[in-house]
Amino acid sequence: MIAVGGSFGAITIAYGLPTWVPFLMSTVVFAGGAQFLAVGLIAAGNPIAAVLAGLLLNARHLPFGMAVARTVGPRWRDRLIGSHLMTDETVAFTLREKDPARRRHTYWLIGITLFTSWNAGTALGVWLGGATGDPATLGLDAAFPAGLIALIMPSLHDRDTRLVALAGAAIAVVLTPVLPAGLPVLCALLGIFALFVPRLRVGSAGEGGARTGAAGAGALQAGAAGAGGPRSGAAGAGAVEAEGAVEAKTARGAAVDREEASC
Amino acid sequence: MLIAAILALAVGTYTMRLSGVLLRDRLELSDSLQRLLPMAAAALLAALAATAALTEDAGFAGMARSAGVAVGALLAWRRAPFVAVVVAAAATAALLRLAGVP
Repeated sequence: MIAVGGSFGAITIAYGLPTWVPFLMSTVVFAGGAQFLAVGLIAAGNPIAAVLAGLLLNARHLPFGMAVARTVGPRWRDRLIGSHLMTDETVAFTLREKDPARRRHTYWLIGITLFTSWNAGTALGVWLGGATGDPATLGLDAAFPAGLIALIMPSLHDRDTRLVALAGAAIAVVLTPVLPAGLPVLCALLGIFALFVPRLRVGSAGEGGARTGAAGAGALQAGAAGAGGPRSGAAGAGAVEAEGAVEAKTARGAAVDREEASC
Repeated sequence: MLIAAILALAVGTYTMRLSGVLLRDRLELSDSLQRLLPMAAAALLAALAATAALTEDAGFAGMARSAGVAVGALLAWRRAPFVAVVVAAAATAALLRLAGVP
């Protein structure tokens, strides 16, 4: 967590934003993904998209809150403070415990630990980021997307989530040259429609694992390596089994077609 | 503007956190919505990663950055630790630039 906070601090500075920005965000927003997203969009010059995308991203805290409401407790003081400590990790660790007393203990322990280390990490990152020279020489511009990919990788093990994420990423890249900064990332939400492309659903339920698995891996590789974009085409998927790459590409193509109509 | 955006994000986020805790018994979220929220989150983050990896000001960001991110992504896929992913991506991009790759 310190490392992630550190990257956040360093990247914010590398984007040329004022030093107080990462500190303020890490204390009052305290949500890793949304902070990265917001900083990226603010740096791109679209703070309104940053707020909208960040809030959409954090909408998952609503069901999280419902899941841990009993654990946080009935007292107002606990509810008001405890709510702010709610993150993916806090909730995940808490729900792993069965006993209510242990749950409560875990929630507060993990919550406070994460809040402390996240902010300590941010400070460290700001300090290191400020000490280094030109961010591009150090490759910091590559560190940011790589860190994001590392953050979302666990959720990509779910097939549907992976499909939606890759469709969304493809949509955003395709739309970047034609839409104002910030909007392409918001348009990625339309990637959810990839779930409703019937052919894909049949593929997953029907002839099963091997084929779809290959497609998924292909898509993952192509998308994550950033080879799925319009400019580089399918070339980057070289290492990937041909069938998988083709199927993944068709999937994305279909999704993109839909989106462009509606976006 | 900058501080307003950050505060709006903070207030909105806190409101959603607190609402879940307070409305636990009075609010029913459909299963499909509960399933879609994490997917929407993954889509937004993946889109940000992809655009940040490939594009700069509506053009291509250059080989050095893209290759660096590709190395990082491969490591992340192989479940390497977060620090390793970030450092490898930055180092790859930095070395490529040192070698003259744009």
